[in-house]
Amino acid sequence: MNPTVARLTLRGLLGRRRGALLLVVPALLLLVSALASGSSGDGHDLTVKILGQLGLGTLVPILGLVVGTGVIATEIDDGSIVYLLAKPLPRWEIVTTKLFVAIGTTWVFAAVPTLLAGLMLYGTRDGVTLGYTVAALVAGAAYSALFLLLGVVTRHAVVVGLGYALVWESLVGNFVAGARTLSVQQWARSVAETVAGDAAIGADVSFGVAVPLLLVVTVAATVLAAVRLAGLTLAGED
Amino acid sequence: MATITIDKVSRWFGNVVAVNDISMAIGPGITGLLGPNGAGKSTLIHMMSGFLAPSTGTVTLDGAPIWRNQEVYRKIGLVPERESMYDYLTGWEFVLANAELHGLPDPGAAARRALGLVEMEYAQDRRTGTYSKGMKQRVKMASALVHDPAVLLLDEPFNGMDPRQRLQLMDLLRRFGADGRTVLFSSHILEEVEQLARHIEVVVAGRHAASGDFRRIRRLMTDRPHRYLVRSSDDRRLAAALIADGSTAGIEVDERERALRIQAVNFQGFTTLLPRVARQSGITLYTVAPADESLESVFSYLVSA
Repeated sequence: MNPTVARLTLRGLLGRRRGALLLVVPALLLLVSALASGSSGDGHDLTVKILGQLGLGTLVPILGLVVGTGVIATEIDDGSIVYLLAKPLPRWEIVTTKLFVAIGTTWVFAAVPTLLAGLMLYGTRDGVTLGYTVAALVAGAAYSALFLLLGVVTRHAVVVGLGYALVWESLVGNFVAGARTLSVQQWARSVAETVAGDAAIGADVSFGVAVPLLLVVTVAATVLAAVRLAGLTLAGED
Repeated sequence: MATITIDKVSRWFGNVVAVNDISMAIGPGITGLLGPNGAGKSTLIHMMSGFLAPSTGTVTLDGAPIWRNQEVYRKIGLVPERESMYDYLTGWEFVLANAELHGLPDPGAAARRALGLVEMEYAQDRRTGTYSKGMKQRVKMASALVHDPAVLLLDEPFNGMDPRQRLQLMDLLRRFGADGRTVLFSSHILEEVEQLARHIEVVVAGRHAASGDFRRIRRLMTDRPHRYLVRSSDDRRLAAALIADGSTAGIEVDERERALRIQAVNFQGFTTLLPRVARQSGITLYTVAPADESLESVFSYLVSA
């Protein structure tokens, strides 16, 4: 952790318009939950829909995308990353610091609202709320690492990231069972299922597969991002 | 004292050769990297500052490779051409952050000293996003100087500066040069380079075209014989008319090419003489081509700049 890198990253992330954008996600989740908790439907079913599909399925990946790319892609795009890189700082230190900031931000803006929404909807029964909160934590970390890597390797990180989160995980994953094995969302769902216990939450990937995959993706993405950052080339003005 | 050595360096992007087999050593004092836009100056500076790998050859600082070696930044200060620099920070916060990133023992004192050097204390509490181009340039300088580097690399530092800011920056760079630091700046304007640089390296179309102090560069531009290939409606009569003038040193009639090979003494003199003589003698010029294309373009560029 480098405190200066963390400070610069956090201010860039929460400053101005992006800060407001980050608030939209939890606000939406809490608003929907507040409205739903007033209705008299099947509480369990509704909670799984809201926390699972809206929260874990949509809001967490979008937030992870905005945050993961926001901690580094913006600086690479406008060239200000030069001021971090032209320093005797190990590249992995820059990457891990930015990753910690991204994970922390995702947790505050995605996992905490998930917990609050769950408590509002279903209380602490069956461990559903806890399950989805833990799922939001692990998914938030994995998405942060993945989208940070995208920010380093491609200039179109947001488009590629959206493609993964929306097209692959949501669309393809819904129709093709095999695609679910390669989905952060499904791995996180598997963690939620195990935490909640007793089929309160359904998952397609077994816990024994999901956890190693989550770890491998998070660590590998971080290592690769550090390697690629060390060889970052500036586009010439010529 | 620090020296950057560029040894047989080429850099290509796909099929485009941006830098073509260049060798040079940049030592203490001020060196100007001169060349037209697109000549490869930025590519060279990116390689000297560790933001681009050479395709072949080596770029070293006192013997240590610069690419993928972040330790060199203890000695190098870089002033990039692009302007973005964390617009949401004040000048003070920006320079202080740079001092902290260098791991300096007293970053506050280093930041104060650097801002003092570029005389930006008066605006240090304003956000850099509100700065003028010249002010941004000076704060970028402060950020590059914060660790008192032995080498200072500046990519087109005078771009967009007004004359007063330009003089201020030149003064500052002169002081660094006089201190025995290695200062390298790029520019496409000959006058800027002449005013400031002790030593000039000329780069044209990716090649190292000339090297020396400004007197030598000026002399190369004016004294060098220039060769032309000329075809006209009456080559022999044209040759006779041209040889009478002092700006022509020699003319050869090339029967196989059906052309004249002319050696001019003075580039500017000859380029005005040739059309005048042809018109007076009623001769039509079909071809006027410099025989030494690459170098010719250098000098015509330098003369017109």
